[in-house]
Amino acid sequence: MTAVTASPNAEGARASLAGPSDYLALLKPRVMSLVVFTALAAMIVAPGGLHPVLAMSALLCIAVGAGAAGALNQWFDADIDAIMTRTRTRPVPAGKIGSQEALEFGGTLALFSVFAMAFLVGYVPAVLLAATIAFYVFVYTMWLKRSTVQNIVIGGAAGALPPVIGWAAVTGNAFDGLPWLLFLIIFLWTPPHFWALALAGHDDYARAKVPMLPVVKGSRVTRNHILAYTFPLAAAAVAPTLLNLTGPVYGAVAAVGSVAFIALAFVLWRAPAEQERTAALRVFAFSIFYLFAVFTALAVEKLIGFAPLT
Amino acid sequence: MNLTPEEQKKRKQRNWALAGILLAFIVLVYVVTIVKLGGNVANRPM
Repeated sequence: MTAVTASPNAEGARASLAGPSDYLALLKPRVMSLVVFTALAAMIVAPGGLHPVLAMSALLCIAVGAGAAGALNQWFDADIDAIMTRTRTRPVPAGKIGSQEALEFGGTLALFSVFAMAFLVGYVPAVLLAATIAFYVFVYTMWLKRSTVQNIVIGGAAGALPPVIGWAAVTGNAFDGLPWLLFLIIFLWTPPHFWALALAGHDDYARAKVPMLPVVKGSRVTRNHILAYTFPLAAAAVAPTLLNLTGPVYGAVAAVGSVAFIALAFVLWRAPAEQERTAALRVFAFSIFYLFAVFTALAVEKLIGFAPLT
Repeated sequence: MNLTPEEQKKRKQRNWALAGILLAFIVLVYVVTIVKLGGNVANRPM
């Protein structure tokens, strides 16, 4: 048998040069952290209790499921990622992990997370987790992202489901009002969050031919949409308190945060062209802080005993 | 296949990471089993 010396240029050799940190990058850890955090907040605020070990297991399954969806997204979008400056250093376009390997890694983790959730925690959160992964991969990544300007509006449903999964892990029930209000908050938060990023990285998306709103409709329409979305987002954010599902601590943070979000979106809406990128990045950065603040308030209020009894 | 020292190092890292994850999963399943059983085994009717 002839021994084959691995060359750094061969597909197999490139795969073998990948370290654990490359596989971690394939899981989109920053997106994962937001997903886990919103699910954790919903688990804290959900009525009843879950043993800490089971709660940790549920969060682990949600994290792995989200990571699997991210890996499958990177497998399918490797061609787009290679064109865009922001994503060209990801493991697949950078050649550290082979495309087939990313597919197998993501697919295995997706199945593993769903079955682990079913057997360790419960069937309701497992079904929701499976639906979330399937929606993100098949509906958003494979269909909407390249075909419609509403890609991240509809696709945002996948990122909005983790609080419902977290709630279902504790209660075994997915049909209560509060988790779906939390879903609505993230669902309405997603478009201004991503459109602000797309405004700043407009050229990237245009080169990759991804039909993001700024590419298809232009900057003015995008700014109008960002501002327009902050109003229903504010209404959804304060709704839990108005419906007496959350208390004054959450209500105050949601109200103040929403006013600040609207104000920054207004500044972006009015910004002259040369200041657009700076204003868009400010909206993008604040949107992340806003979501963390709202869900932190939700959890802290419950922990300090200010939440209404649910 | 002869691996370069760098490839051998990365392979070792991947193997250790996989071993760690498998071990953590075994421990998790064991602990979840104990939690779910609770006191039911100790208190079962004899």
